[in-house]
Amino acid sequence: MKVTVDAVKCVAAGQCVVVAPEVFDQREEDGVVVLLTESPAPALHEATREAALVCPAAAITLSENRTAPLESR
Amino acid sequence: MTAAPSGVDIAGLPVFPAPRDLRFPLDPAPAYADWRRQEGLRKAAWNGFPVWVVSRYEDITTAMTHPAVSADTRGWLQGEADAPIFPRMDDPEHARLRRMLTKDFTVRRVDAMRPDIERMANDFIDQMIGSGQSADLVRAYALPIPSLVISLLLGVPYDDAEFFQQKTSVMLSRTAEDAEQQDARKQLFGYLYQLVGRKTKEPQDDLISRLITEHLATGDLTAEAVVMNSYILLNAGHETTANMIALGTLALLRHPREAARLRDTDDPAVIAKFVEELLRYLTIVHSLVVRVAKEDVVIGGQLVRAGEGLAMNLPAGNRDAAWTTEPDRFDTDRDVRGHLAFGHGVHQCLGQVLARAELRIALPTLLRRLPGLRLAVPVEELRFREDMSIYGVHELPVAW
Repeated sequence: MKVTVDAVKCVAAGQCVVVAPEVFDQREEDGVVVLLTESPAPALHEATREAALVCPAAAITLSENRTAPLESR
Repeated sequence: MTAAPSGVDIAGLPVFPAPRDLRFPLDPAPAYADWRRQEGLRKAAWNGFPVWVVSRYEDITTAMTHPAVSADTRGWLQGEADAPIFPRMDDPEHARLRRMLTKDFTVRRVDAMRPDIERMANDFIDQMIGSGQSADLVRAYALPIPSLVISLLLGVPYDDAEFFQQKTSVMLSRTAEDAEQQDARKQLFGYLYQLVGRKTKEPQDDLISRLITEHLATGDLTAEAVVMNSYILLNAGHETTANMIALGTLALLRHPREAARLRDTDDPAVIAKFVEELLRYLTIVHSLVVRVAKEDVVIGGQLVRAGEGLAMNLPAGNRDAAWTTEPDRFDTDRDVRGHLAFGHGVHQCLGQVLARAELRIALPTLLRRLPGLRLAVPVEELRFREDMSIYGVHELPVAW
């Protein structure tokens, strides 16, 4: 899984941080998303997917690497 | 707050929000079941304006993220403020302004405030216990907590809270006279201009001071924009949460088994689920969220012409059986992810992390500290806020 965030679209609602604090953070000055890791560990995939789903600005994009041998789902 | 446009015919249209059946005051208007079922959208009169009411969950999420649907209703709603306010703007200008306001509402900042909120909740309960065995929960608890929190954040002296609450309730009333509303508006904004003036001379560590030093001083924002957006935060910060605390308490008193579960748990995940279900079940923002079509667009099978208004029927969407099963049942085990109580899309509530923290503290603390909590009057005697933009109870007399 590869995660990208669009800091321009982000509206700083903080929902990704609530759902997946190991993957997302917020900038101190305005709460805009900070990506902590582009490739979260498999244990964090479900939370990361949920974060993308609940983002009000649809600012989180996931590309799932279906051929990765270590990917568990 | 807004004036009906002349020459617009709303005769014969049902009113939005539709009247509730007050035998079931926690449920949305019965008419919404038909509005959800009917083909297309329901045309109704909102504050004297004709609007298409969007009542199905899926149609609401479509409308609130559709590029042809704008939040900038200033050209459509006569009498609205001309100053740019973030709920009434589209991106990218909306995002730019919103980000000037979000610093204090991040997950980290709200977490840091939790001990303060817990202390406030306990202090207000101490005061209730100290002054007898009954109180109006709205005045004694539900309103003071969020009011104090948002006053601290913005840097508005809490001593002025009562003045502010009184003027705001007139402005948000759907039945107050126009002249009365104009007067309240003038006094309130006069007060905020003075506050901005004082903070310009002596900035402190608060949101309004930061707007002044970082954005007013640089010409990013006008004084009017600082005042208008501060007003919206101040207002949204206490009206919504206060009504959720009071109405949420009433809902819990009417579901005693559930209330006992909430009282006896210290599992944050369980408390969070309770609060989310209360948000969905009560959806107190029952008539505030409107949009305008920028071009002809089809929403829910309805052709909406450019320039026509759309009203988001959030309570109806959150009770849509196409989205969640048995929607009229209060079920704290329900998966309510994606509920519409904070809106949907880029305008989703800026203060939702703070609101959740306040509710997750205020409701269980109340139940734990006052285990004998009960209504002090028959429920039929309660005055519900059908006449206000935010639903709730005007007073909630309780005893313990």
